[in-house]
Amino acid sequence: MSKKFTERLGFALLAACAVLVLLFLGIILFDIFSKGIGVISWNFLSQPPKQGMTEGGIFPAILGTFLVSIITVAFAVPLGMFAAVYLHEYARPGRTTRMIRLAIRNLSGVPSIVYGLFGVVLFVQLMHLGTSILSAGLTLGLLTLPWTITACEEALKTVPKAYREGALALGATKWHAIRTNVLPYAIPGMLTGVILGLARAAGETAPILFTGAAFFLPHLPGSIFDQFMALPYHLYILATQHHDIAKVRPIAYGTALVLLGLILLLSFSAIWLRYRYRQGLKG
Amino acid sequence: MEKPVLKMSAQDLKFYYGSVMALKGISMAIRKNQVTALIGPSGCGKTTFLRCLNRMNDIVEGARVEGEILLDGQNIYAPEVDVVQVRKRVGMVFQKSNPFPKTIFENVAYGLKIDGDCSRSEIADRVEKSLKDAALWNEVADRLHESAIQISGGQQQRLCIARALAVKPEVILMDEPASALDPIATQKIEELIQELKNNYTIVIVTHNMQQAARVSDYTAFFYLGDLIEMDKTDKIFTNPGNKRTEDYVTGRFG
Repeated sequence: MSKKFTERLGFALLAACAVLVLLFLGIILFDIFSKGIGVISWNFLSQPPKQGMTEGGIFPAILGTFLVSIITVAFAVPLGMFAAVYLHEYARPGRTTRMIRLAIRNLSGVPSIVYGLFGVVLFVQLMHLGTSILSAGLTLGLLTLPWTITACEEALKTVPKAYREGALALGATKWHAIRTNVLPYAIPGMLTGVILGLARAAGETAPILFTGAAFFLPHLPGSIFDQFMALPYHLYILATQHHDIAKVRPIAYGTALVLLGLILLLSFSAIWLRYRYRQGLKG
Repeated sequence: MEKPVLKMSAQDLKFYYGSVMALKGISMAIRKNQVTALIGPSGCGKTTFLRCLNRMNDIVEGARVEGEILLDGQNIYAPEVDVVQVRKRVGMVFQKSNPFPKTIFENVAYGLKIDGDCSRSEIADRVEKSLKDAALWNEVADRLHESAIQISGGQQQRLCIARALAVKPEVILMDEPASALDPIATQKIEELIQELKNNYTIVIVTHNMQQAARVSDYTAFFYLGDLIEMDKTDKIFTNPGNKRTEDYVTGRFG
């Protein structure tokens, strides 16, 4: 067997692995799209569920997921960003910093149901925020923090040392240099990480299960202290908890499609934002 | 010609990276309105010494300094001294030009905006003057608000010099400012250094022996963390007092 043949075989195997991964993704997307597209209509997107969820739409769930996401972002982004700035720019490298980093990395491996239980104890009970949009948003915020911090730190790493040194050499204080000559260039990367973290959080069921998501609500939430319906939880109910699962299956697929669409939208907006920001910097 | 006065001096300066001693007790005088060149083989400590002169080494993890560096008689390492003030008085131009990804104008204005006490017209005036002093104005006057990343390497380095000049330093440190430039851009930088020494005190690290001979009034030869010899540049290059200096400047090692 010639060397050339072995090499080709190797490349072919590698390519096959990559194609296989794409294939799985393609099959999932195709399956959900083909089974879900039939129920998608303006009414489906704008109406509440009717007749024990066998008819009507999923608007309350879309709205709920949207509102919770806002709380998640408002909580996790500043906290994650500044924690990353501290860790990357201020903390002295050493045992303590290493331990903090390790803890953050490990947090990202904690099962989401554990975050859910933690959210109940901390936000719902101890802080008396009730089962609400706020509690659920904060719980999801905690869930995304490790991702946010890691993404923000990675973004800070990409800013050349020369920008910091250049600013310091002109008589800038450390914070001034970071604020005016590091953060602006790290923000596109940070945003991308944050939005991808949010996309993951928006699809989570377990953390919101006990902290605020409701099986069904006749009214839309009036404030962030109300319960809410959410897309992933709604999907979970339709797929496993409904008394007539076969009948609501198309609605379940439609819900899945909307959820996927929302997450894709978030991912694309991350790409778009980053692109826009980079264009702006060149000017 | 009046006798040059002392602007800065190092007194038995020792510098450690962790437990490694990088400077083994340097004493040196830097004279006002003169160009002092620091030469020596790689790793000899010349850049480390340069970065001690405006305390840029403070940000290096595990760095430690012993001894004193005097700026107009005041020890810049004294506890009551504000490092930010030191860096305003002792500016720096880096080996690799590091324009910020902002406009040409914003680059030069960066240092002026730090304290926020300059008016817009003051800033505009100072930007223009600094660019003129750095011999860059004629080339960029009509595109001040374009990105600084897009100008040539030589222009970028002169922009960095203009940026340093804008905050009105008294001393300018240059770390191999022309090492990444072509001969024509290098020549421009060297001419500029000759111009600047009328108003500033300049310390330049260079690997290029001809450059040291061309631009400097005094030359200091570093070797393995020691200052081997410092004298008038003419003397160092024609009649050095130390055998190692002679071997180095004549190209026998290094």
